[in-house]
Parts: sequence; structure tokens; C-alpha cells
Amino acid sequence: MSEASLSALAAQLASKQISSRELAQQYLGRIAALNPSINAFITVDAEKTLREAAAADALIAAGQAGPLTGVPIAHKDIFCTDGWLTTCGSKMLSNFVAPYDAHVIQRFKAAGMPSLGKTNMDEFAMGSSNETSHFGAVKNPWNPSYVPGGSSGGAAACVAARMAPAATGTDTGGSIRQPAALCGITGLKPTYGLVSRYGMIAFASSLDQAGPMAPSAEDCALLLNVMTGFDPNDSTSLEREKEDYTRDLDKPLNGLRVGLPREFFAEGLNSEVAAAVEAAVNELKKLGATTVEISLANSQLAIPVYYVLAPAEASSNLSRFDGVRYGYRAPEYGNLDDMYGKTRAQGFGAEVKRRIMIGAYVLSHGYYDAYYLQAQKIRRLIADDFNEAFKACDVILGPTAPGTAFKLGEKSDDPVEMYLNDLYTIPANLAGLPGMSLPCGFDAKGLPIGLQLVGNYFSEAKMLNVAHQYQRATDWHSRQPEGLK
Amino acid sequence: MSLTQDDVKRIARLARIEIDDVQAQATQAQLNTIFDLIATMQAVDTHGIAPMAHAQEVYQRLRDDTVTETDRHAAFQAIAPAVENGLYLVPKVIE
Repeated sequence: MSEASLSALAAQLASKQISSRELAQQYLGRIAALNPSINAFITVDAEKTLREAAAADALIAAGQAGPLTGVPIAHKDIFCTDGWLTTCGSKMLSNFVAPYDAHVIQRFKAAGMPSLGKTNMDEFAMGSSNETSHFGAVKNPWNPSYVPGGSSGGAAACVAARMAPAATGTDTGGSIRQPAALCGITGLKPTYGLVSRYGMIAFASSLDQAGPMAPSAEDCALLLNVMTGFDPNDSTSLEREKEDYTRDLDKPLNGLRVGLPREFFAEGLNSEVAAAVEAAVNELKKLGATTVEISLANSQLAIPVYYVLAPAEASSNLSRFDGVRYGYRAPEYGNLDDMYGKTRAQGFGAEVKRRIMIGAYVLSHGYYDAYYLQAQKIRRLIADDFNEAFKACDVILGPTAPGTAFKLGEKSDDPVEMYLNDLYTIPANLAGLPGMSLPCGFDAKGLPIGLQLVGNYFSEAKMLNVAHQYQRATDWHSRQPEGLK
Repeated sequence: MSLTQDDVKRIARLARIEIDDVQAQATQAQLNTIFDLIATMQAVDTHGIAPMAHAQEVYQRLRDDTVTETDRHAAFQAIAPAVENGLYLVPKVIE
């Protein structure tokens, strides 16, 4: 069961070899056995899951099943889920039972996919190691002394440990791709605007985008078919024809032009990661691809630009957490101002407070032009570099992260060291481009290595084609952590 | 540039986050390392470059001026810290 792809699970459900209820029970059993040590889930509610699975079985029996009806999925705890605790990894929302469903949740419900629970994450999606969660760090299933990456670390870990066949994630600066890389799974951040942000707790609204996380590219294509689509409740949702993201999976790669940005293979890249990525390039060449060196000269500025823009947007978005309408309120306070100050001091963790303060500062009187406006201008230069690069190539390839997973606690006291983990993933968010990570090997410690693909706007089907062909020729994506099988 | 303790307290005040002297000191050191990183973008010549606020050139959609929301105040207020008679309770702000 834990070996099965989403299409294989769907086929077993359709042919009635297994019911959705039985499938959900198997995964719930695995969660009960493994989650106490991995901590990938914040909330599990077997009763709710089994009720949703029974409804899926009814759809299948009535002949009304869609392609993934009855296949269970785990949702990042950033998506508001009606009747479920929705914490965003924060003490601030530790008592928040959402009164409505996020658009993404609505879509998975409409597809008949039962929820296995809500996955752990860095607080308000701010982190690259999952150590900022109020509910404790997630452990990497490949080695529990190491981080799973973040912020969608619970999602990546639960898929890697096969506690769920798939999961949802969100990516503001790499939060789908970096944990996918560190946990040895496949994850895709779509073009900005393809997946509705309605009901997805906001961090940096001009960068946030939800996407699928699963063992393979084929799985991600099927999930993307469910997740994408216009939503009038999100003012940045794009009105586009519905696409079938599986349509190009089987196309050969003859003539594919792969762009290799020289800045992504420069100083700071771990040599084992570099070697694995270069081996993947050679594999793609065998499949008919050609390579071309490109330059993303301004990408080195992506981190400073991001750490102005994302905190600026976060300081505005997180002003809603004031202890008045929902969530945590300090137990003791004097006047209204004191209530705000104490509620926010107690309800937010250290990293979230740091970012809110950075944002408040760069937007404050006298500093706006020097920081916020300057960062927005360089954001344009970074996006222009990609536009120029895509004249010479169909897809850009490089490492997802500069190294493999690091030890719990190793970087948690040094914010800047932590930020550098997202060096290669942030540029795609700033430009709004789709990016994905897929497994391409292991280091000497047995920790997974991730390969990143960045495509042009709306080229998800092409990226999934490249990834699927690579995964047909290799087996990195089907490897599982020893001891958890 | 380097933030002083007073700067940190002023920012915390702007962000409505209570902070004591010990926390302000620790925060000052961390924010300064982050601003050192951010400062590397100051050297870039961006004269004549249009700022990019968003990844997509989209415009706000208009919708028909009709009621689309139903009254769900009971569900929304059920999760509030303090409510009375359909009103959110906060400390008194007007004497």
C-alpha cells in the first residue's frame, strides 16, 4: 500500500479492491505508529477522516467518482478547514477552529478526497526548518536528528514516511520545494495566481502560492488538476481555461533546451549536491535534452529583496491578529493598547516577531524609498533576468537548496544562516514563476538531494513532463527511509 | 546603518508587540545582522526601473452590486475571545 502511486490507488478504489474507508484506516494506522516520533501532524481526527472516506465510498458506489475520489490527502495547517483546528503552527491560533473551508480544501472535498489531518509547519510559514512551530519541530524521516526543511515540513515528512499518499503545501520563498528536497519527495509551486489563496492564512500575499507534494511528478500533475482554477474570492486568481496537467507527461524530451544558471552552481553549493545535480543533467541529456548556460545575474540579490518585501507584506497581513475576533488573547491586560501589545508578544514566536518588526521598519516614514521601493525595483530586475533566460531555454535547472538537511538546532540561533537556505528558491517566487523540486540522489549521510526546475509562466505541464521522464529513467523518487517501511 | 535600542523599541511599538529591555537588546543584535544582509541591495543602480509590486499584471475585478454574503455572525463570534449581545468586547476606549 505504501508503495502505490495516486493513479494506482485510484485504480484499486475504482475496481473495488479496496474501499476509501479501508485505505484511510491503513494510513491512520501508519500515522498512529509513526507520528509520535516524526511529529508531522498537528491535528488528526480519525472520526472525521473516516466519515469523509465513507462519503467517498458512496460516490464510488453511485458511479460518481472522479479521478482521485477516495484517495486520502493531508493538508498543511495553513488552510482554513471547516470544523478543524487550524493553527498555522502558532500559539496565536492554537484555539482557532475555522468556520469555513479554504478554496483549496473545497476543491479536494469536491473531488471526494478525505483529509487525513492537518500537518505541522513553521509558524505562519516563516522558516526553513520547521523549528519555529509552536507545536514542536518535525523530524526528518530519513534521520530524526535532522530537520525536514520548511515551512511545509510536516507535509514533506508525512509523504516521505508514507503516512499520507500526498499532501498540500504552500510556498512563499521555497516552502514547498526546500522541504520536498530535504525529505526526498516531489513538490511543485505553480505560477502565481493559478491556485486560489482564499482561506489560506496570508504571509506575503504577492508571493504566497499553494501546490501539491507527493512522491512523484505524475502524482503532482493529478493533484494540480484538482487544485487549480479560477476563484472569484481571490482577487489575484487568474481566469484561464482549465488545463490537464497530465497531458504531456509521456512526451519524449528530444530537443528540450535546459538552461543552467551559472549563479546556481557557484560558491556556496555543497559539492555532493552539485555532483548529484550534474548527474541528473547527464541523465536528461541521454533522454534527448541539450543544455545551455544562462545567467540570472540579479538572483544573488533575491534574499535581501525578499527579506524586505515578505516582512513588509507580513507586517500588514499579521496586524489582524489582535486578540479581538478570534485566536489567542492575553489573560491579563490594562487598556486596549496593552491588550494588543501583550496578546501579540505572547501569541507570536520569536521569528514571526522579528519579521513583523522588519516589515514595520521598512514601511515606516523615511525608510520606504530606501528599502521597500528599492526592493520592488530589484524584483523587476530579477524577473527580467528570467524573461531573458527563457529566450534561450525551455526550462531552468539547478539545485533546490545549497545543501542537504541540517541537524535540528544547528541553524536555529542564526536567522541569516537559516535564510540562506532559500537562495535558489526565492527568485521564482519574486518573479511569480512555477518551480518544482524532485529527488535526484543522496549524500554520504544518506540524506536526500533535490533538483529544482523553474519554468516559464504557465509551463507546469512541460515541467511535469521533464520530471516524469526523469523519474521513469531513475528511481530516486521511489526510495523510502529504511526502518520506516 | 545600525539600529539602536530606542529604534527597536519604536519599531516594536509600531508593530504593537510589547518588548522589555532584555528582549530589545537581543532583538537589536539579530535585526542588525538581518539589515546588514539587506543593505547589500543598496549598491544596485535602479535608476529608471519601474517597481514591481506583483507577479501578474492583473486588475481588480468588478462584480454585480448584489448581496453575496449570508449572515454568519453566530458562527464567527463563537470563536471570539469575548462577545456579548453580538458585540466583540474590548477594554473601554472612550471615557
